[in-house]
Amino acid sequence: MQLDSKIPEGPLAEKWDKCRFSNKLVNPANKRKYEVIIVGTGLAGASAAATLAELGYNVKSFCIQDSPRRAHSIAAQGGINAAKNYQGDGDSIFRLFYDTVKGGDFRAREANVYRLAQVSNNIIDQCVAQGVPFAREYGGTLANRSFGGAQVSRTFYARGQTGQQLLLGAYSAMMRQVATGKVQMYTRREMMDVVVVDGVARGIVCRNLITGEIEKYSAHAVVLATGGYGNVYFLSTNAMASNVTASWRAYKRGAGFANPCYVQIHPTCIPVHGDYQSKLTLMSESLRNDGRVWVPKKAGDTRKASDIPMDERDYYLERKYPSFGNLVPRDVASRNAKEMCDAGLGVGETGLGVYLDFSDAIKRDGLDVIMRKYGNLFQMYEKIVDTDPAKEPMMIYPAVHYTMGGLWVDYHLMTTLPGLYATGECNFSDHGANRLGASALMQGLADGYFVLPYTIGNYLATVAPTPTDTNDAAFDQSVEMVKDQTEKLMKNTRSGKGKETVDHYHRELGKVMWDNCGMARNAEGLKTAINKIPEIRAEFWENVTVPGSGQELNQSLERAGRVADFLEFAELLAKDALAREESCGGHFREESQTDEHEAKRDDENFSHVSVWEYKGEGTEPVMHKEPLTFENVTPSQRSYK
Amino acid sequence: MASKNINILVKIWRQNGPLAQGAFEEHALKDISTDMSFLEMIDVLNEWLTRKGLEPIAFDHDCREGICGMCGAMVNGTAHGPDKETTLCQLHMRRFKDGDTIVIEPFRTQGFPIVKDLIIDRSALDRIIAAGGFVSVNTGSPQDGNTILIPQHVAEQAMDAAACIGCGACAAACPNGSAMLFASAKVSQLALLPQGQQEAKKRAINMVLQMDKDGFGNCSNHRECENVCPKGITIRNIARLNREFMKGSFAIDH
Repeated sequence: MQLDSKIPEGPLAEKWDKCRFSNKLVNPANKRKYEVIIVGTGLAGASAAATLAELGYNVKSFCIQDSPRRAHSIAAQGGINAAKNYQGDGDSIFRLFYDTVKGGDFRAREANVYRLAQVSNNIIDQCVAQGVPFAREYGGTLANRSFGGAQVSRTFYARGQTGQQLLLGAYSAMMRQVATGKVQMYTRREMMDVVVVDGVARGIVCRNLITGEIEKYSAHAVVLATGGYGNVYFLSTNAMASNVTASWRAYKRGAGFANPCYVQIHPTCIPVHGDYQSKLTLMSESLRNDGRVWVPKKAGDTRKASDIPMDERDYYLERKYPSFGNLVPRDVASRNAKEMCDAGLGVGETGLGVYLDFSDAIKRDGLDVIMRKYGNLFQMYEKIVDTDPAKEPMMIYPAVHYTMGGLWVDYHLMTTLPGLYATGECNFSDHGANRLGASALMQGLADGYFVLPYTIGNYLATVAPTPTDTNDAAFDQSVEMVKDQTEKLMKNTRSGKGKETVDHYHRELGKVMWDNCGMARNAEGLKTAINKIPEIRAEFWENVTVPGSGQELNQSLERAGRVADFLEFAELLAKDALAREESCGGHFREESQTDEHEAKRDDENFSHVSVWEYKGEGTEPVMHKEPLTFENVTPSQRSYK
Repeated sequence: MASKNINILVKIWRQNGPLAQGAFEEHALKDISTDMSFLEMIDVLNEWLTRKGLEPIAFDHDCREGICGMCGAMVNGTAHGPDKETTLCQLHMRRFKDGDTIVIEPFRTQGFPIVKDLIIDRSALDRIIAAGGFVSVNTGSPQDGNTILIPQHVAEQAMDAAACIGCGACAAACPNGSAMLFASAKVSQLALLPQGQQEAKKRAINMVLQMDKDGFGNCSNHRECENVCPKGITIRNIARLNREFMKGSFAIDH
């Protein structure tokens, strides 16, 4: 596997210009002869579909939901970063770049992150032009707020529904192209395989979720915008249908998988409350602007929060990190919450929770102001937990939220499989080992609106603009493979042997992952996971029961296919975590910490991207390294003190 | 958060396809925790059915945070159930009492054919957006965001309308099967903002025509829609849609 990152030579600030200038162009009359498949309609997918169609390409767009507007980007609450410096508080493209590289614990590519910061401003302009109702100041200018890991206010927002509004902007731009016929929309389709013809990606195979039919689609290039793999932990803040299947099938067809162990565990989620729980709910990080995090000083203190006097509370983030306080990056906040709970200081029925308290902010600014900022979040919390955060502090605990790892891509966002691109959360490129708040929306839209549309032309210009078809034998082989898998998944039900449900195995896998591969990891735990995962997998194939048939709408079968892939992928995640013997960002190895229990990087041995190559079933995957070099920032021990 | 367990009787709609004959199926559920969400209650029922070798109930759901708009059903005759401004996934079992009977059926309206059990086809809503629910601006280099000033109260009103999640409860609750609240939310958002003005005359007309084509009825001010809207979108937006439609109809230059 060759890892050529294709980063242009020259000064950081000129690289993207250079790339755009050196890219081959497709003549406008030829663009209409090319077809591009885009899988996924979240921010990265919808924005790319709209933009490529506007340029004249023919786009085939796929999503698993009933409508492209429902992709999980819609649930992002807090905001989107941009280096506009509207507040005049010292922001700049370089500072956004620096904060992002530092926040990622110096495990991202400088050139990619710089480009992200450069195009961040265009995103805001584009979204405003589309009619996205961003929050405004009284005078009508755009409002900003601050977010974790930054000391400037650069986050643009639309109440607590920023992801929804940005996605609806991209969705409506795409629907406009659906009306012109430039985008063919295929809903309720799940991508089951990438089809490779003569070494390049030339199409996909999908399951039609309504009829069960396995369908073939061809194109000149394929883009995956299929999101993250957080649901490998069973409980996460991801939507129920979020899965690794598309990325995993691409990996098995030759796309390298980078840094699977980089998982972000978000500090402010509603704690787990029962065995039947199906998912976790995030409370936006923006709450940390006004909420103060604390636990009682005394272990086992069962008094009500309001009965605990000030001097018996430990505002541990403010105490340990005086300059960033409650706004430390997510990985730091999460780890500290875990530490407090491990020390027996946690609150709530399970002891796995810390307080996020708004009483001081309400006293300072008034309930009105606080409700205007967080009203919908307070309501959501009250619906789930049945207490009012305006009266009693919220209880929060970390939960799996975002995955920084993903398919390896070069500067052009192409994977190691020629003709296959990966954008948004499903690639690995911009967040290093930890993503800063309000940067996911930025990256998804940067990839889709402002990067891929420039770089994909460079590839298409080398492909003959002849009509595509699905006649190649590779398409039929993929269809057969998918049918075989369906057959295997259903066999226990027919034989009457199947005893357990899909969810049972998913839960079991999730527990192994959370216990051994969660907020803190060590070699022993990781080895346990690596041993246990194949056992669960074997039992799954032996005993799982999937009612119904493959020739109809069958949600059990959908979930079974996803869990089957999680059961394979989880092992790679654990292997990657074991190989990375340093701590960095969201990946905390207990063996590698400073005296103050902060993550300790090992730049000498681990300043690289770990890229895994599939070598066939039953054969160990091979790890390749893309070295990371820093010419414009000096990697330092992150300090938020 | 005092949790307890209740026993309930669920009467749930089963229908194996768009043209199949449907019927209610009854299940007695024991020891349902009141901390469960409504969909988690259906999960529990489905796990039980699966273990029995029976087919679980097909239902749409995804984010389970009340924002994706994928879930929805009639609960005891009300879209999304008894709580105000709450999607089905955010409804919790603490809202029900021990011994309650809960009747669950899909959103029913001409515009949303039933696919299976509680799953419906809402693609008509996408077609309404494709007919005009956008600002025609290509990706490129628009002017700086702050050159379009929008007073805070206007941005807030636009956001109130833009909060629509496209779940379709409004059309399901409407005696006329009208999707006016849905269409009006998008028309309002763009009518309130300067960015939406250039295409205002065509937008309302095109979206309303599409709504007619897809078999939705018209609004006759029953207000059932705003009563069930999980995002609290008001029928003031329908008034604005009507104004926009009239303005568009009298315009001669489109």
